Amino acid sequence: MADALLTIEGLIKRFGGVVASDNVLLDVARGELHAIIGPNGAGKTTLIGQLAGEIVPDAGRIHFGGRDITALPVHDRSLLGLGRTFQITSLFANFTALENVALAVQAHAGHSFRFWQDARKEAELREPARAALDRAGLSHRADTSVAGMSHGEHRQLELAMALATRPQMLLLDEPMAGLGPDESSRMVKTLRGLKRDLTILLIEHDMGAVFALADRITVLVYGRIIASGDPASIRANAEVRQAYLGEQEAVAHV
Amino acid sequence: MHRFALHRVWDTRGEAEKMTALLTPRNVLLAVLLAFLALLPVYSTLTGNYFLMSLFTRILILAMAAVSLNLIMGFGGMVSFGHAAYLGIGGYAVGILAKEGINSAFVQWPVALLASGLFALGVGALCLRTRGVYFIMITLAFAQMVYYVAIGLDRYGGDDGLTIHKRSQFFDSVNLSNRAFFYYLCFALLLLAVYVVWRLVNSRFGMVIQGARSNERRMRAIGFPVFRYKLVCFVISGVMCGLAGILLANHTDFISPALMFWTRSGDLMVMAVLGGMGTVFGPVIGSIAFLLLEEGLSQFTEFQGIILGPMLLAVALYARGGIDGILMGLRRG
Repeated sequence: MADALLTIEGLIKRFGGVVASDNVLLDVARGELHAIIGPNGAGKTTLIGQLAGEIVPDAGRIHFGGRDITALPVHDRSLLGLGRTFQITSLFANFTALENVALAVQAHAGHSFRFWQDARKEAELREPARAALDRAGLSHRADTSVAGMSHGEHRQLELAMALATRPQMLLLDEPMAGLGPDESSRMVKTLRGLKRDLTILLIEHDMGAVFALADRITVLVYGRIIASGDPASIRANAEVRQAYLGEQEAVAHV
Repeated sequence: MHRFALHRVWDTRGEAEKMTALLTPRNVLLAVLLAFLALLPVYSTLTGNYFLMSLFTRILILAMAAVSLNLIMGFGGMVSFGHAAYLGIGGYAVGILAKEGINSAFVQWPVALLASGLFALGVGALCLRTRGVYFIMITLAFAQMVYYVAIGLDRYGGDDGLTIHKRSQFFDSVNLSNRAFFYYLCFALLLLAVYVVWRLVNSRFGMVIQGARSNERRMRAIGFPVFRYKLVCFVISGVMCGLAGILLANHTDFISPALMFWTRSGDLMVMAVLGGMGTVFGPVIGSIAFLLLEEGLSQFTEFQGIILGPMLLAVALYARGGIDGILMGLRRG
């Protein structure tokens, strides 16, 4: 694909006898929201881990924005514009929401070997942080400490932090995990708002959300891609139905 | 966050409210403590009780070491069990140079600080690649290594240690042998160290260090090359503790491997934990409490540990914020 922002070529990752990524080939076009679905243990989070740089693949290459990032450390990928959120909420527990996001802004505002000035008073960090909180729908909770926030707000903060790094592309690992129906629909709305500006790779179990948001869907089973295409073709795919979707009643309602 | 409460109040309230808001039991106690420390040499000089001044000089110096440890342990989550090594390196740099006839502080002090910094750089570069217990064990191992090197230095007293006949020389007008002057020098440097740590932990650099303690994985994910920041922090802490070592050697006019025996590293950790690791002043309070207790209890028993141990346990179990944490929890009126 000519305008692919992310290209994954023949990615292989084994854990002992388990093949978590089995020759994964995938292009994500600039501006597209690409969802990856699959049953538990299909290797979705392992794939994100390899894209983010936390897990080293056994074979294969990853290109981002025309650059081979296969060997790049985690922080450099973030600096290149590849942001991510975590399946299990991963925040700075003793900071406020704003401080969490400001730290993400700071990471992309030059080096941090600045030893003297009070970072909490720097408008250069606070203003973009507030903007990111706003985009994630959390501006009213800016000064609340993470410990005092609900699970749903934690998920929003996850997203706000990723946004604050001004990514070209977001890797979202189950952003709806543990959310109630209301919170879920709010998150879908938020993601829909981000969709045009950002390229998104979304891993999600909530089929309603996936079919509402995705431009393309890839189905992963036992580390192997069994189908990839637009939502309609995925819904119609017999193999997908058998392997995965058939068990999920939710699909019938989409 | 608690530890910045004082700071925030300063921004947002009116003058009168500022003053009342500052009058917390903790701040009043801190002010009394500082006034006491500032006036102690006057009392000692008037009454001739030099023991007290000497004891507190030692307390101020070890407090500085505890403050430096707290920077990496309390704020950075790097539990160094070998911090006494820097006391030793700072002290031995002074002692060895003095023995070789170089008494100028302008040579001794930079050499001592540089040696501490380089040692921290080497240790940090290795141990910061490990986590948890391994980190603790490696820092301990390096400290023990320096300890045994010091024992092997026959020319500089080996196991018996080495007497320093002349304290570090600055200008003629500055005389470190003057007890009151030396006390005030230590006091000023301690306050400077506390201030520096306070600025550091609130700066961008400090945010990275605290973020790394809280969630290193997330730090990398948002784009921080965490290792280099932690390493720089480790070196800053080492240099600061090296300075305490310089002062300690000048205070006792003596260096020996005992300066950096591993129990001393433990003492420094106890001081930081006892006083409260989350605040910049905590270790100062902890050092005073610990060393006074140790001194006081030694009048009655040689087994101070029987009393100190359970106390520390109580702090660890029931008062995570240490003494300073308890004080901050107190409400006025």
